[in-house]
Amino acid sequence: MSALHIKQGATRHSAYNLRPTFSDVQERHTIAVLVENEPGVLARVIGLFSGRGYNIESLTVAEVDHTGHLSRITIVTTGTPQVIEQIKAQLGRIVSVRDVHDLTVEGSSVERELAIIKVVGAGDKRVEALRLADIFRASVVDSTLNSFIFEITGAPDKIDAFADLMRPLGLVEIARTGVAALLRGD
Amino acid sequence: MTREMTGAKMVVQALKDQGVDTVFGYPGGAVLPIYDEIFLQNDIRHILVRHEQGAVHAAEGYARSTGKPGVALVTSGPGATNAVTGLTDALLDSIPIVVLTGQVPTFMIGSDAFQEADTVGITRPCTKHNWLVKDTDSLADTMHEAFHVATSGRPGPVLVDIPKDVQFASGEYSAPKPSTSHYQPVLKGDLEEITELVAAMETAKKPVFYTGGGVINSGTAASQLLRELVDATGFPITSTLMGLGAYPASGKNWLGMLGMHGLYEANLAMHDCDLMINIGARFDDRITGRIDAFSPNSKKAHIDIDPSSINKVIRVDIPIVGDVAHVLEDILKVWKARGRKTDAASVAKWQDQINDWRKVNCLAYTNSEKTIKPQYALQRLEELTKKHDRYITTEVGQHQMWAAQYLGFEDPNRWMTSGGLGTMGYGFPASIGVQMAHPEALVINVAGEASWLMNMQEMGTAAQYRLPVKQFILNNERLGMVRQWQELLHGERYSHSWSEALPDFVKLAEAFGAKGILCSDPADLDDAIMEMINYDGPVIFDCLVEKHENCFPMIPSGKAHNEMLLGEAETQGVIDSKGSVLV
Repeated sequence: MSALHIKQGATRHSAYNLRPTFSDVQERHTIAVLVENEPGVLARVIGLFSGRGYNIESLTVAEVDHTGHLSRITIVTTGTPQVIEQIKAQLGRIVSVRDVHDLTVEGSSVERELAIIKVVGAGDKRVEALRLADIFRASVVDSTLNSFIFEITGAPDKIDAFADLMRPLGLVEIARTGVAALLRGD
Repeated sequence: MTREMTGAKMVVQALKDQGVDTVFGYPGGAVLPIYDEIFLQNDIRHILVRHEQGAVHAAEGYARSTGKPGVALVTSGPGATNAVTGLTDALLDSIPIVVLTGQVPTFMIGSDAFQEADTVGITRPCTKHNWLVKDTDSLADTMHEAFHVATSGRPGPVLVDIPKDVQFASGEYSAPKPSTSHYQPVLKGDLEEITELVAAMETAKKPVFYTGGGVINSGTAASQLLRELVDATGFPITSTLMGLGAYPASGKNWLGMLGMHGLYEANLAMHDCDLMINIGARFDDRITGRIDAFSPNSKKAHIDIDPSSINKVIRVDIPIVGDVAHVLEDILKVWKARGRKTDAASVAKWQDQINDWRKVNCLAYTNSEKTIKPQYALQRLEELTKKHDRYITTEVGQHQMWAAQYLGFEDPNRWMTSGGLGTMGYGFPASIGVQMAHPEALVINVAGEASWLMNMQEMGTAAQYRLPVKQFILNNERLGMVRQWQELLHGERYSHSWSEALPDFVKLAEAFGAKGILCSDPADLDDAIMEMINYDGPVIFDCLVEKHENCFPMIPSGKAHNEMLLGEAETQGVIDSKGSVLV
């Protein structure tokens, strides 16, 4: 796995040299940041994005190594190639950041998000919602006489599609976790 | 080995173990236990400032003139918020300082207690790193880690916030040990990139070294190596405001400072070069001018210890991440091993071209026999002080640029100025920090009257410790640089850019028990400066200068290096609407 270790020197082999010139094209990147789980570390990461004017499309964070006190932050962001490189370099210089991986350039990755969606309705609409949920492999986690809560897991696009279908059928509320992602292979 | 002691004692012990001899601070409720420990010992001198901002700038002055980290100690709440400007200043100029703040007791945090502020929250974006210490057992390690982070890699300010109950409680103190921190920036540059740079140096026809504060921060060895490399290759060298002194101003390859108010020959060399070797500078907007017209035909190499500096503003061809001294050493090794080659004939032609630019004499100005021109005042100051063991600090504005243009710096760590943040009020407290570190030296703060007033309360500090700092105020009764921009950009509408109700500086000095000198006649200037130098104690020198002098050369906002203004005649309508939104 070709991990991008920005801290270990910018050589021609690094992402700095992947592109010949600065480009204006907006790219969407998924970045995994391994941080020491200490108070304020999330504020450092978020503050970097707001302070320097970078975008956050989604952000998830949880401790992944309880003995080593390491948390994994997965950030989906957009920007020009230059901005993406800056984001990674700026993340890398936060003292509590151990490692930065750009999953979008390091190889193919698996991205998953979980959403729970409340749909309120009766009659045909209620039946149609159940039928579509089945097609999307969403499961019913709660039900009343006039509502369902569906749980769906998948790539963000799939969740978008499911939510779009549920809207005319009575979608009233949605909660999404944001993207968690891992590189494929070893 | 560990020892049990109170948190307050740990703080003082850790400072001693880190080699700290001077702390600049101001007491308050939340740091009283630490002040108690300071009272009970004699190893660390505490300098009582008159405002917390002054403490941090003094710590910066101490750090920049010694190469060691500066330390400030302030209380919670307003003590901490007053330190924010100094922290931000140190962050932008990469100055290693450790700021210790008191905090309300842990059990009161979040209750809006008296003098409570979210100090780590407020200072998170203006420190390199900060810590809130919640138990005494982790205090010693945090203190040691704070010094490690402040001084490793790209240096910067750190802050340790210590609640009062943590200061009172006892815990295990551990002495500093080799750092086990995960924060270990790489010092050596990539040899492949270094070799590519050396190859480019061998064939370059119009090379230029563009150096910055990173050379100073890397230590005196870096300046020595830089001098060796410049003299061996014969390549011309320019520097940013931050890097003055790394290469001597008297050196034959010296071009002078570059940038917005840099020298004509330096900026044109940057624009026309075919190989730019950036050593420890960061392509700041004061340097580059218009980005898309910045040195259009050069191959660019960039040596910087911070990977985020590379390609941030200007895309470079040869990026080298590493410490300046380490990388310069390797460049010299590789260059020598490959036979010390340069295209000497082409470089000589390039030097001829540069000498033609020098003939423009861009620092020429019209002198006067009636009024003191600020440039003349600095030329005389240079002439009369250059043989002294001299340190210069400045405030921010026209006087700062003139000082950079007309004073010559032969060694690193002799020039302390607020570059990145441009903090008016920096120079006076910084001069106090410098004088504390170098008690026998001649320390001069070149100031404007408006900047100087921003931290004038530090006269109390200078007087109390009998610090012979010389406050050389170029008094034009104006916010000179603001006035200059209003003249060039805002139709000569001088909105609030004059200093009304100025104090009588001589009486002000005397009120603090210091010496005041007033000078308004060019004929008296030399004697007055000598009187200032020879007085053993703090001096306020009120130098009344021409009120409407503009600072040239100048690259107007939104223009390229080769579009410099050299004097008054060229200033009409030069800045377009696009340029006027820039600062």
